[in-house]
Amino acid sequence: MLPTVLRCLRPVSTSFALSRPLAHFRPHMDPDPSRPVEKSIRTKLTDQLRPEHLEVHNESHMHAVPPGSESHFRVLVVSSQFEGLSLIKRHRLVNEALKEELSSCVHALAIQAKTPEQWGSNPSLAKSPPCMGGSRGDHTVEEKLKAGRE
Amino acid sequence: MNSLIRTTARCLRSVYMPRQAVWSTSARFLCAAADLQKDLGEMVKKDKVVVFMKGTPAQPMCGFSNAVVQILRMHGVDDYASYNVLEDSEFREGVKVFSNWPTIPQVYFSGEFVGGCDILLQMHQNGDLVEELKKLGISSALLEAGKESK
Repeated sequence: MLPTVLRCLRPVSTSFALSRPLAHFRPHMDPDPSRPVEKSIRTKLTDQLRPEHLEVHNESHMHAVPPGSESHFRVLVVSSQFEGLSLIKRHRLVNEALKEELSSCVHALAIQAKTPEQWGSNPSLAKSPPCMGGSRGDHTVEEKLKAGRE
Repeated sequence: MNSLIRTTARCLRSVYMPRQAVWSTSARFLCAAADLQKDLGEMVKKDKVVVFMKGTPAQPMCGFSNAVVQILRMHGVDDYASYNVLEDSEFREGVKVFSNWPTIPQVYFSGEFVGGCDILLQMHQNGDLVEELKKLGISSALLEAGKESK
């Protein structure tokens, strides 16, 4: 593992330049209990990659986005379809399956793509690094959150 | 397109500068977009290691981008080109189109797309990163550290 990387915390700075004016997040939003984006991700990955094991984690609460967002996800996909494929090809398969979500409401997608054998020898879920606040005031993220709400 | 701020940290290089166009708005937009794709093609080949990230190596604005910076730092890779996609939204989208990859950060080795944070981390963990750096003529600091400890 990479404890230094995963534990690294740096001061969060909000003084970076932006090319567009800041948009305001809605001050409060109740989480959508149906979790439509998570369900869609799960359905598409299941249909297209026929995984032996699948985990879909909404990590939006770990980032600078409003409560209830479905913008940041981590997926663990264990599929024999990954046999013989490089990491990049595996990730491209996952990206392709989720291209609609990635072009609309999902801002970040962490991927672990393993073969059944790899999963068997190391059945562990990686941890995402700490957020550094980049989503706060990010116009692209705001557009994606809006797309998710609509 | 707004011009980007030139960074001065030792591991950063010059960033993308816009081209001028004198045609209609739509033609100028298409021309600029096509120019950007061409420029990106040159940018990824200009340096052995190229990183498109949020923020800078000195001040990453995203945990995943920071992870890439930390991994490269662990391997002693300080001399690489880094481009901050937060400075320009058109540039940010252009990078995703160029790589056909929906998320940031993105890493290139000798003009070839390697992947994002997840892939770089796995390459670091399984030893592939040391080998890939060797192919670039870069001797990983971890390799040197391993020799010294023997």
